[in-house]
Amino acid sequence: MAKPIALECRGITKTFGRVVANKNCDLEVYKGEILAILGENGSGKTTLMNMVAGIYYPDEGQIFVDGQEVTIASPKDAFAYKIGMIHQHFKLVDVFTACENIALGVEDEGRYRLADVRRKVIEITQRYGFVIDPDKRVADMSVSEKQTVEIIKVLYRGADVLILDEPTAVLTPQETDKLFAVLRRMREDNKSVIIITHKLHEVLSLSDRVAVLRRGEHIGTVNTADATEGVLTEMMMGVKVELSIERSEPKNPQERLKVEDLHSVNEEGRPILDGVSFTAYSGEILGIAGIAGSGQRELLESIAGLHQLTQGNITYQDPKTGKTENLRDKNPLQIRDLGVRLSFVPEDRLGMGLVGNMDIVDNMMLRSYQKGRGFFLHRREPRDLALNIIEDLQVVTPSAATPVRQLSGGNVQKVLVGREIAAAPTVLMAAYPVRGLDVNASYTIYNLLNRQKEKGVAVIFVGEDLDVLMELCDRILVINAGRVTGIVDGRTARKEEIGLLMTKSKEEGVGEYGEK
Amino acid sequence: MENMAKSEKKNTPLLHIVKRDQGTVTWYYKLIVRAVAILAAILVSGILITILAKANPIEVYGSMVDGVFGSSRRIWNMLQGVAMLLCVSLAVTPAFKMKFWNIGAEGQVLISGLACVATMMFLGDTMPTALLLVVMTVVSVLAGMIWALLPALFKAYWNTNETLFTLMMNYVATQLVAWFLKAFVKNGSGVLTPMPEYGLPVIGGKAYLLNVLLVAVLTIAVYVYLRYSKHGYEISVVGESENTARYIGINVKKVVVRTMLISGAICGIAGLLLVGGTNHTISTTTVGGRGFTAIMVSWLAKFNPLYMVLTSFLLIFLEMGSQQISTDFRISSSIADIVTGIILLFIIGCEFFLQYRVVVSKNRKENVK
Repeated sequence: MAKPIALECRGITKTFGRVVANKNCDLEVYKGEILAILGENGSGKTTLMNMVAGIYYPDEGQIFVDGQEVTIASPKDAFAYKIGMIHQHFKLVDVFTACENIALGVEDEGRYRLADVRRKVIEITQRYGFVIDPDKRVADMSVSEKQTVEIIKVLYRGADVLILDEPTAVLTPQETDKLFAVLRRMREDNKSVIIITHKLHEVLSLSDRVAVLRRGEHIGTVNTADATEGVLTEMMMGVKVELSIERSEPKNPQERLKVEDLHSVNEEGRPILDGVSFTAYSGEILGIAGIAGSGQRELLESIAGLHQLTQGNITYQDPKTGKTENLRDKNPLQIRDLGVRLSFVPEDRLGMGLVGNMDIVDNMMLRSYQKGRGFFLHRREPRDLALNIIEDLQVVTPSAATPVRQLSGGNVQKVLVGREIAAAPTVLMAAYPVRGLDVNASYTIYNLLNRQKEKGVAVIFVGEDLDVLMELCDRILVINAGRVTGIVDGRTARKEEIGLLMTKSKEEGVGEYGEK
Repeated sequence: MENMAKSEKKNTPLLHIVKRDQGTVTWYYKLIVRAVAILAAILVSGILITILAKANPIEVYGSMVDGVFGSSRRIWNMLQGVAMLLCVSLAVTPAFKMKFWNIGAEGQVLISGLACVATMMFLGDTMPTALLLVVMTVVSVLAGMIWALLPALFKAYWNTNETLFTLMMNYVATQLVAWFLKAFVKNGSGVLTPMPEYGLPVIGGKAYLLNVLLVAVLTIAVYVYLRYSKHGYEISVVGESENTARYIGINVKKVVVRTMLISGAICGIAGLLLVGGTNHTISTTTVGGRGFTAIMVSWLAKFNPLYMVLTSFLLIFLEMGSQQISTDFRISSSIADIVTGIILLFIIGCEFFLQYRVVVSKNRKENVK
């Protein structure tokens, strides 16, 4: 069955400075199919699609729509050719309703009538099986609902080619299933769906064909029916990689950090943490799972002394002296002065953990600049530390005097994790430490965390990929709308079980704490 | 649809802009770009002068140089001008590095000058010279610190907008000076007779030498403070990211207040030098806009005190040179302002070429054939 080609890219090349994002990429999408674009982070998937959607302009190469060569210089051009992209970061106006957001920017002839828009939106939702209230304000929506609005927005403008950039990153397993059902219905409606992802199981369960990118180059396109995880991984990585994380049994676990009944509120007085309790033991990795924005960040920040609590206790037990300290209402400096060796790898690496415009040496100093007497800084020790980390963790950088902003994501994270581990912590907290990292860099981080665990450190790991959480962690705490909905054993837990715990108390209004 | 595809085709952009990889920009490239910018600026303003003022541009530039370096008196004036502007710029720089937009240096300097003049007027006869100098210094510096402290406290504790606050404080200072002159100038002229007998000592027989030397020392001090001290490091961290500052336990409020106190103290020194060391009197225009020009000096030098010597020289050179050409060629002084504007535009504009490069589309060439 030869379906007509909807969209074709030929010889697309795009460079940013020294970085080649795409090199001579060829790609075609047929009508009525779902094409997955698979590749590691930084392999150029999003950049390639951004050129099709008019965000970037290719340095070289041609794009064909329905067999005609076209120039797509702006998103407006892309829409003229019925191409629409749903980006990872939503572009919606919070105070508008779904309908208003959908109508925004559409240049129809004639008068603007919201009732017409509404009718058309409802028609689209019924046709593809979306569940959305067209009159709900975006500010009151959950992440999944916002994504639905973005998809309808693209369909409303008549897109025949839909590009979705990592659509499942923010969804629970249940929401993912619903999205996939909608995408399959679009395929039946003869639309072309392109889904950018790095999750193999999604590719296998959803797509008709898979195009694999590696380091900006198109490695090949295969029929999903002929593909296996092994084949695809090999195409993605270039070499066969063993995808398993070593997990040792916790040795001599002792109570290290006890968190009791933490409560906190946001600026509007709504609860963020709502009675969180758990205990972290030495020599184990405690995972924290949950939908983005369920209070994970605030939980770690409150332990680190950065988030104001309204209630609760945080008790630290010193491994040497056995003494206990209450860390509540202490700032990071006071915590350190108590002799508590608490290291924290925050989610926002360049906005909190590091200073982008400073070089590696000065970033090493962040934790230790007050050491040493006198008015002036001592840069020798931090310089030695920087050189050690560059060597040990194989940080790719021109020199230790390079601003960290110029390093790639994986190298930035190595610098940050390296510094936090160098402080010889007894408790190590890491929030999304592998977000945006490629597989190799991710495994470096997992290994570092594992080595800390073996040294007897109590490791707390906030992750988003359930597969990784279940392979890495000894126990997994599930948080949902600021509440602990369960603590499961990482060795025996099932994914569906965790997924359910992540969404359990939905009627309590998870959306309220959704991303701002 | 097909027609549309064809018509769209012609819209292939000829040029597009690509961000440069900062790692690949070499120092000599930066130098060349800046040199070309200055040459281009001189060329463009030369053409303008020829057309509008019907003067020979080479003579005009000659007269500019003459106006700045033409005599030893002019050179001293230039040095004094650079020193005073640099001093105010040094004052705003620590705050700017912290991303605290202090645009109230004008008022902070003026209020210090007022404090200084009041001390000279009321205490001049009551104590020995040496003691008077100490009191003048302390009072001026304190006045500058108070004027800077107020917006800093409000920013740190109630997160008020420091730009508006410091700006408004300028007007308060101006009005206080106006009131002072009205109340205490006996003859009612509103012009206070200079009191050189209570001024700072003249060293080496040169009126401005002390100012120049003090500011030179201050420049190095501020540079070392920002680059090599723990305080300077804290300022950088707070300026780059308040979240990072909290993350490592820096007390942001304390750093904001402390840095503004230093900023105000340097303004106090500027007020002391202007009033006690130069004018020996005060008027509402004593600071003469230096508080605002200093912002430009500091930004152009990317907050590096050593580069600020060059940028304040550039601005003083343009100012003095322009005055000279307006008198020499009887051109309206606005032409001089235009020339200054053009040169600044080119210097700031060339930064674009350091950040980005412009690429001619290859697609277009292919399409044409």
